[in-house]
Amino acid sequence: MSIDLETARRVAKLARIKVEDEALPALADEFNTILGFIEQLNEVDIEGVEPMTSVTPMRLKRRDDVVTDGGHPEKILSNAPDAREGFFAVPKVVE
Amino acid sequence: MSDLTKLTIAEARERLRKGEVTSVELTEACLREIEGAGALNAFVHHTPDVAMEQARAADARLAEGDAPAMCGIPLGIKDLFCTRGVPSQAGSRILQGFLPEYESTVSQQLFDAGAVMLGKLNMDEFAMGSSNETSTYGNAVSPWRRGNDEAELTPGGSSGGSAAAVAADLCLAATGTDTGGSIRQPAAFVGITGLKPTYGRCSRWGIVAFASSLDQAGPMTKTVRDAAIMLGAMAGHDPKDSTSADLPVPDFEAALTGDVRGKKIGIPKEYRMDGMPEEIEALWSRGQEMLRDAGAEIVDISLPHTQYALPAYYVIAPAEASSNLARYDGVRYGHRAKLSQGDGITEMYEKTRAEGFGAEVKRRVMVGTYVLSAGFYDAYYNRARRVRTLIKRDFEQVFDAGIDAILTPATPSAAFGLGEMSDADPVQMYLNDVFTVTVNLAGLPGISVPAGLDKQGLPLGLQLIGRPWEEADLLNSAYALERAAGFVAKPAKWW
Repeated sequence: MSIDLETARRVAKLARIKVEDEALPALADEFNTILGFIEQLNEVDIEGVEPMTSVTPMRLKRRDDVVTDGGHPEKILSNAPDAREGFFAVPKVVE
Repeated sequence: MSDLTKLTIAEARERLRKGEVTSVELTEACLREIEGAGALNAFVHHTPDVAMEQARAADARLAEGDAPAMCGIPLGIKDLFCTRGVPSQAGSRILQGFLPEYESTVSQQLFDAGAVMLGKLNMDEFAMGSSNETSTYGNAVSPWRRGNDEAELTPGGSSGGSAAAVAADLCLAATGTDTGGSIRQPAAFVGITGLKPTYGRCSRWGIVAFASSLDQAGPMTKTVRDAAIMLGAMAGHDPKDSTSADLPVPDFEAALTGDVRGKKIGIPKEYRMDGMPEEIEALWSRGQEMLRDAGAEIVDISLPHTQYALPAYYVIAPAEASSNLARYDGVRYGHRAKLSQGDGITEMYEKTRAEGFGAEVKRRVMVGTYVLSAGFYDAYYNRARRVRTLIKRDFEQVFDAGIDAILTPATPSAAFGLGEMSDADPVQMYLNDVFTVTVNLAGLPGISVPAGLDKQGLPLGLQLIGRPWEEADLLNSAYALERAAGFVAKPAKWW
């Protein structure tokens, strides 16, 4: 599997990272180096092997479905690059 | 009194309890050393006011006789830990200006035990790197040099600032985190002890997430005893981290008898790599002799899927990172790019992330995005998770066969020069973690112990890998190795 410029562009778009056109060839090369390294995994016989979901077998704890925290909007907004009237502010989303 | 900063935690604890020294004196001595060590670029956010306040509180507790083991001990905290009101950037530009409104569980537990925070420590951006060269703060520099050669060396990564600070006696110990080797490799590069506990031993709450199924916090210390003491304060169940284990925390220090008679130490043949430097090979053999002389039985073992650990890691870790780092979108915290006329929310995300993330982080986020994307999820991500199952099974089988611990080299080389790897492709850098990454994939505890110097006079470490949850036994084996190795070398001060 080899990554072409179009795939590199699509991956950057999916990752929401702006990559200038002139940077795409180098990026595609790096992807190909890393994916080439990962290809080794195809040598492993994984027939009948379950994908790992939890490295230490454990049952997740349960708790009552009740509110345990909240009521501090100022703290939640305190690090926002732009917050107004108790909300996070972003560029216009809907026309 | 500058020798105060050279104390181990255990020595300082005794002197504090006897009233021979105060935490304020210890803390002031460390702050002076930090002040004079700008060339190492280890401490990137200084918190002298927090430190002095905590030191005075610790002295008050000591005076009342209420003194847990870590009470009054000055520490450095890796920048990955969120610390309330103190910059916590994970070494990234994208978190510039972020002041957490909360405290990570691990740092809170250390503070509850009376520990003192001197400041935040340099690291690779989002803990992605093996040389501390991907940090937004610039490189951390090792206090070690190759003889009289003034070339700057890497302290390793990602916990490079932690390693440099402890090795240079700027603090008594430091916190680190380890996703593929980020505690053990830097510890080995600078001649200190670094412990990655069993996955789930320490809460991950409040630690900036890289790869959640692999990340684990641990102590970076001057001795094995200090690692045992500090782990005791860091570990424990936390309802805020559903993967933290609800298991009692044993007295790790009490396990340090140094008696390893009858212990079975496994030597995995797959860790004998082609092209491994002779010195690493020789150190590994000496380590086996030391443990044999101490009464342990050395057993040849096989971990057949070892060579697939790094490729599996470079699917799983980027996949988890791409998901975890999706939160850096310029909305809730940190950096937001300046927008042009007409830019919408997508441009805001794309420009913010392009400006805020460094090259290695972008690379890994995009690789992770690719392996999780439609059509490739099974071929890459699910295959890697199945290989991970096999890697863990390899370890389970040798432990079931009676092996108590596994001895390996910690790193495939001594520390390299900053910039020396800049022309290498990313995979060459990834090979630094070849001996450590298996441990994260299997969720096991691993410890790096300084064991010798190479021909250039640089430290080399050996790694011991233990059974899950048996850090106490692992620390005891490490203690026996430490005593036999008798590593006492220190870097000559040039900074």
